[in-house]
Amino acid sequence: MSQTQPGSPGIQIQITINGEPRRIAVQASNTLLDLLRHDLGLTGTKKGCDHGQCGACTVLIDGRRINSCLQLAVMQDGKEITTIEGVGQASQLHPLQQAFIERDAFQCGYCTPGQICSGIALIEEGHAATRDEIRELMSGNICRCGAYPNIVDAIEDVLVQRSGVSREAAE
Amino acid sequence: MNRFSYHRAETLADAISHLRGNPAAAIIAGGTNLVDLMKYEVERPGELVDVTRLDELRGISETPDGGLRIGALVPNSDVAYDERINARYPLLAHAVLAGATPQLRNAATTGGNLNQRTRCYYFNDVATPCNKREPGSGCSAIGGVNRIHAILGASDYCIATHPSDMCVALAALDAEVEVVGPDGKRRIAFADYHRLPGDEPQRDNTLRPGEIVVAVTLPREASAFAGNYTYLKLRDRLSYAFALVSVAAALKVDGRRIAAARLALGGVAHKPWRKLEAEEVLVGMSTDDAPFSRAADILLAGAQPHEHNAFKIDLARRAIVRALSQAAAGTPQSLTDKRIA
Repeated sequence: MSQTQPGSPGIQIQITINGEPRRIAVQASNTLLDLLRHDLGLTGTKKGCDHGQCGACTVLIDGRRINSCLQLAVMQDGKEITTIEGVGQASQLHPLQQAFIERDAFQCGYCTPGQICSGIALIEEGHAATRDEIRELMSGNICRCGAYPNIVDAIEDVLVQRSGVSREAAE
Repeated sequence: MNRFSYHRAETLADAISHLRGNPAAAIIAGGTNLVDLMKYEVERPGELVDVTRLDELRGISETPDGGLRIGALVPNSDVAYDERINARYPLLAHAVLAGATPQLRNAATTGGNLNQRTRCYYFNDVATPCNKREPGSGCSAIGGVNRIHAILGASDYCIATHPSDMCVALAALDAEVEVVGPDGKRRIAFADYHRLPGDEPQRDNTLRPGEIVVAVTLPREASAFAGNYTYLKLRDRLSYAFALVSVAAALKVDGRRIAAARLALGGVAHKPWRKLEAEEVLVGMSTDDAPFSRAADILLAGAQPHEHNAFKIDLARRAIVRALSQAAAGTPQSLTDKRIA
């Protein structure tokens, strides 16, 4: 990619967001978070601290959970982004979304999209089996309402469901 | 954030040519520290050189001498969960998992971990003087709030600490830093990579202008410490906080005799803090009654407290003894059960 100077009309990038390929012109200083919220209207991803400390902006980039506030949009060229809008549908929620409802794992809900994206990645990563491990590996998502015990409950439910499925499959 | 131009490097030579003679240019990879500092206007690069597309900076591979080479772009998560690293250098995996969060570890790179800046409050606050951020402006931490600051190797110009956990383990394991610059490739012993502040605290490391970190290598010999090690990190909350004091301890044990020892501290100085004399007093001793407190005294000799951080000296002494005891017993500190073993 050629160099661009400050004040240029923007740099063309190609990214896939929730399965939909897009060509977008971005300024070098745009973060992925601001691109999602301001330019694309995907406001499910939240801006909390804007410094990588709270996890409200967590999205999946090529399947990995990442703080979108610390990523420059221009560097996402060619990447696949999944936001909370892409993890389930109103008629068919992701199992972790359903578990958050059943376990009452939120109060104000502001941190919830980040919690769910982070929790989905935690489940896929496969490094957490105990509640202590879930807590440690969810340390990048802060909930100021303090719904932590219920968030751990919800994630644990899905982990148990998943292990049940795999046990049956193995039999 | 200031306005800047962006260049995606297609080759290593291309990246180096953009850095050469352009002190306003900065390398960006994971972005977790640099973008944060740009938002605070602590860093104001004129040009960002994106090195994330350089394949030669990727991957973990075997070295000819039986060690491992970790490419500069390898994310912290990939280091922490790599099977070879866990089998041969578990101290490194533990140290990496003691730092940051899963989201940050997914983005943050090996090279970026080495080159991250201090978390001194004053460095991060452009409204206050800071010799590291603005040479000659003064140090606000000296005489200010300095609970988290250095007790070893500081100067009248700067008492900041290097914040990395990964680097403490790399120092203990005698890693080397592979860099490429306008004059070609060179390797830097880990102990020589970061520097003490002296009268130039704006320089965190010994990289020369235009040089890029391309890899970190772990020597085969360091895998002899895979059985007896611990990374003990003490901080203000149980997860996602920088170290007040951390200890990387590793022993090569032959029967019950200590054949070799490695000991490095984090959170106490401008670089990982290691003294070979502290390790040598343990060699030949039994794991049952080795002089761990003597090693601590040697490593902490000359410690200089400031108004709010004298507690760190006692904390470090006890943490060293505890960490060496954990290493001797082969019971590394759990990453999830935060009670100190």
